[in-house]
Amino acid sequence: MSTARPIPHENADPSAVGIEIRDVSHHYGGRNGQGGVTALDHINLDIRPNEFHALLGPSGCGKSTLLYLIGGFIPVQSGVIETARGPVTGPHPERGIVFQNFALFPWKTVLQNTLYGLEKLGLPKKEREEKARHFIDLVHLSGFENAFPSQLSGGMQQRAAIARTLAVDPEILLMDEPFGALDAQTRRVMQEELRSIWQRTRKTVVFVTHDVQEAVFLADRISIMSARPGRIQHVIDVGFNREHGDDVVKKPEFVEMGEHIWGLVRDQAVAATRSAH
Amino acid sequence: MGSLANIAVRYAPLLIVLVGWEIIATAGPLSNQLLPDVMSVLSALWDLILDGEIIRHGLRSLSRAAIGFGLAVLVGSAAGLLMASFRPVRLLVNPVVQIFYPMPKSALIPVMMIWFGLGDMSKIVLIFIGCLLPVIVSSYNGARGVNPFFLWSARSLGASPAATLLQVTLPAAMPELLSGIRTALAFAFILMVSSEFVIAKDGFGYLISQLGDGGAYASMFAVILVVAAFGFIADRLYGSFVRHQLRWREP
Repeated sequence: MSTARPIPHENADPSAVGIEIRDVSHHYGGRNGQGGVTALDHINLDIRPNEFHALLGPSGCGKSTLLYLIGGFIPVQSGVIETARGPVTGPHPERGIVFQNFALFPWKTVLQNTLYGLEKLGLPKKEREEKARHFIDLVHLSGFENAFPSQLSGGMQQRAAIARTLAVDPEILLMDEPFGALDAQTRRVMQEELRSIWQRTRKTVVFVTHDVQEAVFLADRISIMSARPGRIQHVIDVGFNREHGDDVVKKPEFVEMGEHIWGLVRDQAVAATRSAH
Repeated sequence: MGSLANIAVRYAPLLIVLVGWEIIATAGPLSNQLLPDVMSVLSALWDLILDGEIIRHGLRSLSRAAIGFGLAVLVGSAAGLLMASFRPVRLLVNPVVQIFYPMPKSALIPVMMIWFGLGDMSKIVLIFIGCLLPVIVSSYNGARGVNPFFLWSARSLGASPAATLLQVTLPAAMPELLSGIRTALAFAFILMVSSEFVIAKDGFGYLISQLGDGGAYASMFAVILVVAAFGFIADRLYGSFVRHQLRWREP
């Protein structure tokens, strides 16, 4: 029944581990395996170290569930997820996360939010401050250190959330439709900045989105997921030259890749809209 | 901002009440029988202050209220957080809270007298129980409503479960918790006075009932006014404390 293709192993360095997802299934609701919804059905996927990997699929395909499993926020029911530290059993600062709705602590200022993880690392006070200010500067929020999240626009809140997550220097950065709540212009700016931050930090990024353009613009590889039950249908190497920076969207390869992926996603998207009825 | 003129306008209705009081007290067939006039109440108040009576009784009352209320805030906040976080605690405590919440705590006054006698303990325990329930309920509801993404963020930033409870769940529950504590504050004053009516050798409530029994109505009303003023001031102070604590909510 499954049409998932075997996933090619092409890691240049076989000892380097990004994230290994082995035979992971997940069910919501129901009892003793009966009833309920199968959100993920035997997912196998290798996320390479330092790659920018997009999980692309229609809403309800389980891509966020997969991300939360990698984050350790919900327990793995069957299968194994492994990182360089070993199997994932719970949240860990090795894996930072950025949510769609920012999830900044609203009672803390931008600086206090950014300091929170650094305090947990037990760094000396002076070093914490310097680091926090460095990352606030990196996301262009200097001057807003003492603002509360309620005083900031959505785009600025998401910048602050990214600073908070990057400050603890996670090896893996999980992003759950981080720009989904932003207006189109802000989203575009944030995408460009995220790409440039990634080029400087080279984290392993897993980026959940339902936006084909966004996935093609940001990711080195894209996993296309099917609608319920969630499966990996295709893994696409985007692999075109990005030396041209932001102009990449005007290149014919970019447009072609977008069309190609849209073609693969379209059937799933149609199925998802029909299954909702 | 709260300029003097603004404050004067806001409390102008109180002046009307005062004038109405004076008219009812002095004019008409029931003059000075139901209600002593304003001036005699004020001079009775002055006498009570001069001979130290009201201060002595007041300190007794307020210290009982403060201890009972303070303990209720500490225990109730912790209990609500634990109920929201741990299922066994919730299963154990929730039915007890639900049964006792709507019960009028003044019904416990005789029981308190039997168990703890006429001293401070009976009043403190009563105030504690009365204040405890709104604090538990608000702490529990606030903690249960915490955005799970806050908890996940904290955990992935390296916070332990205990740190997450204190540093994320508690502040997230704060708006709801602080409004529950405001209810508890009002209960503390109510239970303070009503328990002292029944079982006490001193305190505001004792003083009011003694003066009433002795026919010293002007003095009795003076004490009632003082209790009302304390309740009002406590609520105002608490209100500004809450505004400061929750200033992060203002856009």
